[in-house]
Amino acid sequence: MSALAAKNRDTEDRNVRARRRRDWTMAGFIVRRLLLLPVMLLAASIVIFLMLRLGPSDPALDYLRLSRVPPTPQALDEARRALGLDLPLITQYADWLWKALRLDFGQSYVTSRPVLPDLLHYLPATLQLAGAALVITLVISAPLGVWAARYRNGLPDQIVRLIAAIGVSMPNFWLGFLLALLFSVHLGWLPAMGRDGWRTLIMPAAAISFMTLSINARLLRASMLEAAGQRHVTWARLRGLSPRAVERSHVLRNALLPVITATGMYVGELIGGALVIESIFGWPGVGRYAVSAIFNRDYPVIQCFTLLMVAIFVICNLIVDIIYAWADPRVRLAAEGAP
Amino acid sequence: MTPSCLAIRGLGVETTRHGAAVRLVDDVSLEVRAGETLALVGASGCGKSLTCAASLDAAPPGVRRTAGSIAIDGVEQAPADIRGRLVATILQNPRSAFNPVRTMRQHAMEGPAARGVPAAGRAQRIRVAMADAGLEDADRILALHPFEMSGGMLQRMMIALALASGAPFLFADEPTTDLDLIVQRDILDLLLRLTREQGLGVLLVTHDMGVVAALADRVAVMDAGRIVETGAVMDIFHRPAHPVTRGLRDAHLSLYRDRSAA
Amino acid sequence: MSSLDAELAGDLASHDLIPPHAHGRRGFWREARWPARIAALVVGALALIALLGAWITPHDPDAVDLAIRLQPADAAHWLGTDHLGRDILSRLMAGATMSLGSVALAMALILTAGVILGGTAGFAGGRVDQVIMRVADVFLTFPTIVMALFMVGVLGVGLTNVIIAIAVTHWAWYARMVRGIVLSLRRRDFIAASRLAGASPTQTFIRHLLPATMAQLLVLATLDIGHIMLHVSGLSFLGLGVSAPTAEWGVMIADAREYVWTEPLLMFWPGLALFISVMALNTLGDALRDRLDPSLRAEHGH
Repeated sequence: MSALAAKNRDTEDRNVRARRRRDWTMAGFIVRRLLLLPVMLLAASIVIFLMLRLGPSDPALDYLRLSRVPPTPQALDEARRALGLDLPLITQYADWLWKALRLDFGQSYVTSRPVLPDLLHYLPATLQLAGAALVITLVISAPLGVWAARYRNGLPDQIVRLIAAIGVSMPNFWLGFLLALLFSVHLGWLPAMGRDGWRTLIMPAAAISFMTLSINARLLRASMLEAAGQRHVTWARLRGLSPRAVERSHVLRNALLPVITATGMYVGELIGGALVIESIFGWPGVGRYAVSAIFNRDYPVIQCFTLLMVAIFVICNLIVDIIYAWADPRVRLAAEGAP
Repeated sequence: MTPSCLAIRGLGVETTRHGAAVRLVDDVSLEVRAGETLALVGASGCGKSLTCAASLDAAPPGVRRTAGSIAIDGVEQAPADIRGRLVATILQNPRSAFNPVRTMRQHAMEGPAARGVPAAGRAQRIRVAMADAGLEDADRILALHPFEMSGGMLQRMMIALALASGAPFLFADEPTTDLDLIVQRDILDLLLRLTREQGLGVLLVTHDMGVVAALADRVAVMDAGRIVETGAVMDIFHRPAHPVTRGLRDAHLSLYRDRSAA
Repeated sequence: MSSLDAELAGDLASHDLIPPHAHGRRGFWREARWPARIAALVVGALALIALLGAWITPHDPDAVDLAIRLQPADAAHWLGTDHLGRDILSRLMAGATMSLGSVALAMALILTAGVILGGTAGFAGGRVDQVIMRVADVFLTFPTIVMALFMVGVLGVGLTNVIIAIAVTHWAWYARMVRGIVLSLRRRDFIAASRLAGASPTQTFIRHLLPATMAQLLVLATLDIGHIMLHVSGLSFLGLGVSAPTAEWGVMIADAREYVWTEPLLMFWPGLALFISVMALNTLGDALRDRLDPSLRAEHGH
C-alpha cells in the first residue's frame, strides 16, 4: 500500500516537473518572438526613412510652403539646415532614430505640434473600429464556415458560398454608404455620424468586416473539410465517439489552426479598411489625420503614422503567433528556434 | 454473458469512378469467435481493409456500404452502437491515426467519455491497459503528443486504448505494417499474448503470411472483393484449395526456400 | 529502384517532360459552368468598354451643364446626370478605362517585379535568394493600405503614384510565390533536359521555367486582381488618385458623398460598377483555377 502511494507520489512529482518544463518552453517561445519585435521595427523604420529621403519631394520646400514662407534660395538653404537635410543620410537617420527612441517624432509641418501625441490622440478610435470589425469577422464567420462544411454541397453551403462571393467583391466604402442609407436614412435605427456608443460602432464595423468574414468563412469551410478527411477522424469514429464529439475535438480543433494564422492577415486588412471608412461615418480616427498629412506632404506625420501602424500590425501578428503556438503543440515543443 | 460470435453478413461496398459504380467488396461474410483470431488475407487492393472499415460504417469519403449487416451472437447491430464498445479497432500507421495536436491523455479520456464511463474509473483503467500493452511510464506517456513518440509506442498506445474499452472483439487492420522488424515482432507477441489472456475475438487484416502463421487460428482469403476460401490456418498452409490461396502461400514460402538454399 | 520507377511514373503522369503550360485552354468555354461564362462575358465587355472608352460614350463625360444637374434617368441620360450636369453613364464608361486600366497596369508591374525578383531568388539561390527574401519579408511586415498610403505620401498624390504604391505593396507576396514555384520546378526533368542540351541558365529560365511559372502565376493573379481593384479604388475614394474632373469610379463615389442622403443613385452606380467588375473577375479567377490547377483551392487572404 505504502509502496503504491510512494510510486504515485513519484509519478505526480514527475508530472508536475514535466508540466513546468513545458510552460517554460512556451515562455521561451514568447521571449524569442518578443526579441524579434524591435528588429522588425528597426528594419521598417529604415525602409520608411530611406524612401522618404530618397523620394522625389523636397522636405525643405514643403516645410516652407506649409509655413507660408516664400521659397527663396536663402530660405531654402536655411530650411535645409534647420531640418538637418544637409547632413549625410546615416547621420540624419541616427538623429531621427535617437529622437524616436525617446518618443520624439518631430513636429507637424502644418500644426507645428508634436506628432506622436496627436496621432495617439486619434489612434484609439481607429483601433476600436478595427477591433470591433475583427470580433464581428470571427463571430459571424465561424458558424457560417462550420455550417457550410457540415452540409457540404447542400443548401447552407450554397448560401455561404454566395455570401462569400459577394463579400469579397464589395468595396467597403460603398457598402458603408448603402448601410447608412438603409439603417439611418430609411429606417432611422442607427445614427450615421460620429462616435458615441455601440450604435455608431456597428455600421462601420460591419462594413469593414464583410470582406474578411467572407474570406474566413470559406477558409474555415475548406479547412474543416480537409481536417475531416484525416485518418485520425476515422479512428475517432471507430473508437465510438459521437459525430458531434468527433467534429468538435478532431475536426474543428484542427481546422482552427489555419484560421488563427489568417487572422494576422485580417488585422492588416481591417485596419486599412478602418482608415478608408472613417470619413464616411465621421469616425474621429487616425485615417483623416493621415490622409490630410499626405495631401499636405507633412512628412513627420506621414513617417510617424506609418511606423505606428506597422508597429501595431507587427504586435498583432506576434499575438497571433503566440496564440498559434499555444494551439499547436508541434510549433512550441518541436522546433527550438522556430519556423 | 460475454458475446461469443461476431458475424459480418453479405457486406457490399461501392464507389463511383468516372461516373460508373464500381463494386469494391462483394457479398463478404465472416465470422469471428471469441478467443479466436481470424486472419483476412489477400493481395493489396483486394478490399480487406475496406471490409473492416465499412462493416462498422467507417468507410472513407466517396465510398459507401451498399449491403450487409453486422451481428453479435446472431442479433443484428447498428454499427454506431458497437463501434468502440463491442468492437475496438487498431490501424496501421498509428502516427496518422492520432490527432497531432492532442495528447495521449486526451485521446484516452474521450473513448470512455463517449461510452458513459464515470470519470473516476477512467484513469485507472487506462493505466492498467497501458501496462498490459507494455507501456510502463503511463503518466509521462499520457502527457505526450504523437510527434513525441516512436511508431512502436504509438502502436502500443493504440492497443492500450482498445484494451481499455473492454470490447470483446478487435479489428486489427495491418497493425504491424510500417513498423521496424524488431518492433513488429514485439507487437505480434503482444497481440498473441493479449488475445489469449483476454479471450478476444480478433479479425486480423494482413497481407503478410508470416503474420498469419504467427497469430491466426483461422484464415479467410480475399481476392477482388470476394472471399475465395476459408479454413483453419494449418489447412490453408498445407492444403490450399483455391489458386489465389496457393499463390499467396507459395510466394511466402519461396522467401524461406531461397534463404535456406543459399 | 522501385521508388525511381514510381517517380518516373508520377512524372510521366503529370506530363512532366512536356512543360506544364502546354495543356489545352480551348476546352475552357465548353467545360465552364454558367457563372463562369457570364463572368467571362462581363469581363470581356468591361475590357471592351475600357479600351474603347472615350469613343463610345453617348455624351462627353466631362461636359459640365449646370442647367441639367441631378436629373433622374431619362431618354437622353440613361442613368441621369450628376451634381455638375454630366451624364452618369458616360462617366461610368470613361471611368472604366481609368479604373480597369490602372488595375491592369498595377498588376502588370506586380507580376513583372514578382517574376524578376522571385525568379532570380529561386533560380539563383544562395546569397541572392537570402537578400531578396529578407527584403520581401520587410515589405510584408507592412499592412497593404498603410504601405500604399505611405508610398503616396512619399511620391505625392496622383493616379500614377497610386499604381506604383499598389505595386510596391503587393510585389513581395508574388515574389514569394514565384520563388516557390521556381524552386519546385527546378528539379524536374525538363529543366535538366534543357541544361543537358547546352542552354545557359538565363535561356533555361526564360524558355522553360517562365512559361510554366506564368500559368500558375496567372491563376493567382486573376484570383487577386479583384482584391487589388478594391484597394486602388479605395485610395481613389480617399482622393489620392485621379484629380477632378477625370472620371473614375472611386472618385465618383467620393464626389457623390455630399448627395448620399438626397441623391443616393449618384453614389450607387459607380459602386455597382466596381462591385460587378470585381465579382466578375473573382468568378473568372475561380473558374480558371478550378480548370488549370485545383490544388490551389486553399484560400489565401490578404
